Amino acid sequence: MLQLSPEEIAETLTMITQQHFDIRTVTLSLSLTGCAADTVEGVAERIYERVTQSAEKLVETCERLAREFGVPIVNTRVAVTPVAEVAPAGAADLTPIAHALERAAQAVGIDFIGGFSALMHKGIGAADRALVASLPGSLSTTERVCASVSVASTRAGINMDAILLTADAIVETAQATAHRDGVGCAKLVAFCNVVEDNPFMAGAMHGAGEPDACVNVGISGPGVVRAVVRSLPDDADLTAVAEAIKATAFKITRAGELIAREAASRLGVQMGIVDLSLAPTPAEGDSVAEVIEAIGVERCGGPGTTTALALLNDAVKKGGAMGTSSTGGLSGAFIPVSEDAGMARAAATGALSLEKLEAMTSVCSVGLDMIAVPGDTPVETLAAIISDACAIGVVNNKTTAARIVPVPHKGPGETAYFGGLLGSAPVMSVNEWAGVRLVRRGGRMPAPLSALRN
Amino acid sequence: MKTRAILSVLGEDRVGIVAAVSGTLAQCGVNIEDIRQTILSGVFSMTMLVTVDEEACPFDRVQARLAEVANDLGLQITLQREDVFRFMHRI
Repeated sequence: MLQLSPEEIAETLTMITQQHFDIRTVTLSLSLTGCAADTVEGVAERIYERVTQSAEKLVETCERLAREFGVPIVNTRVAVTPVAEVAPAGAADLTPIAHALERAAQAVGIDFIGGFSALMHKGIGAADRALVASLPGSLSTTERVCASVSVASTRAGINMDAILLTADAIVETAQATAHRDGVGCAKLVAFCNVVEDNPFMAGAMHGAGEPDACVNVGISGPGVVRAVVRSLPDDADLTAVAEAIKATAFKITRAGELIAREAASRLGVQMGIVDLSLAPTPAEGDSVAEVIEAIGVERCGGPGTTTALALLNDAVKKGGAMGTSSTGGLSGAFIPVSEDAGMARAAATGALSLEKLEAMTSVCSVGLDMIAVPGDTPVETLAAIISDACAIGVVNNKTTAARIVPVPHKGPGETAYFGGLLGSAPVMSVNEWAGVRLVRRGGRMPAPLSALRN
Repeated sequence: MKTRAILSVLGEDRVGIVAAVSGTLAQCGVNIEDIRQTILSGVFSMTMLVTVDEEACPFDRVQARLAEVANDLGLQITLQREDVFRFMHRI
């Protein structure tokens, strides 16, 4: 007996066929425990074997799931233990490991592999230093490898030395990929309060508290949410808007939960988490900025944007939390400039500034994301921008991050083209009165009082 | 293994849609458990609850056969596992 109404069935079909509803990523998260070796080449070889053996059936399984359930799975990816954690003692160049990750990703047919990472929020180890030094060479000679660094946390404060080291690596990576508008930097993200189970790139990694392997799923759905908000009457009040988003987020999350369970079961690994982030793509209509505009802001970035985003983010979490008991990852709306056509348009028209994005990061997920800035932005300014994002995260006990691309030879008003899912973005102007002396002081900004919670 | 699935058919109304779809399902050993069908402004819409016997005919094979029917008759036909709808619309 059909216990679903034809309307409910039609609603799901419309979400998929007309509103860009999909599962954004199924990420197989793998521990690299056991991949340690005496040499970099030895580690690289073991990591290659670990990834290719464990993820051999990942793509095929996800393609099959998408067909059976009729829900597109846009990306299948792999995340690994932060590579600096398994680097051999005394290694100076970890590029061979990045190349092994690239080959492994290619062999199993995935577009990105995350975890070329170092955790430095409290201190910089020798392996962390080696990994950061290897970033420009690694990111400029690979396509699929994603890197991340942890530079601050509520418990540890802000490690300015780590931020400066990262900012140097960003500048060098941009120069090493200057012919492609500094695209290497699009694969490098600096985190505050990094999460251990993030399925989204570029920041996906396999945390120390995770099982040997698990499946983490990232949902999508800005297009569906926008359609629902647009379908409301003009005089629907904010509670009604929140209610509609909440109900939609529930449905989206349930599909994510189902796919996560099935994928884990078929791959023979534990189900990890469902990340409740609304993740946009450059496709028209699949935009978080357009949801904000549908709620009632003239152009994303204008006054009212932070309020609309706060409403959206909260409603998604409330609906999502009912849809799965395995919430995790970043679980907050993404506002990447280049990966969201509406954001890019708002930035190009001047409605959206770097400072507004910083304000927005306080009420959602990764805030300063995929931002193109002038190629001649000083390294101290980049460090100060990252540290401001971190300060919001540290004090408010939340994840924040920065993925900034100083686009070589381009200035404000010009456009950077990264290609594919990374999209394109207008180069945004940067406030020139940066805290150069602040960042050059170095050291660690102590953890805030709110860190003492026990 | 038996898999419950929802079959949706949408397209311009014409003679033989139900026959073609149900005939193909029968050939694949798929059992029809419920059918709802309407025509609104000349648009044919049909929803079926079916059970696919994957030992008789694998799920993707049934989908491929239905895709042929969709192509022949100019229809939109989808066959999806029922769980996805149940998960999204029921707590």
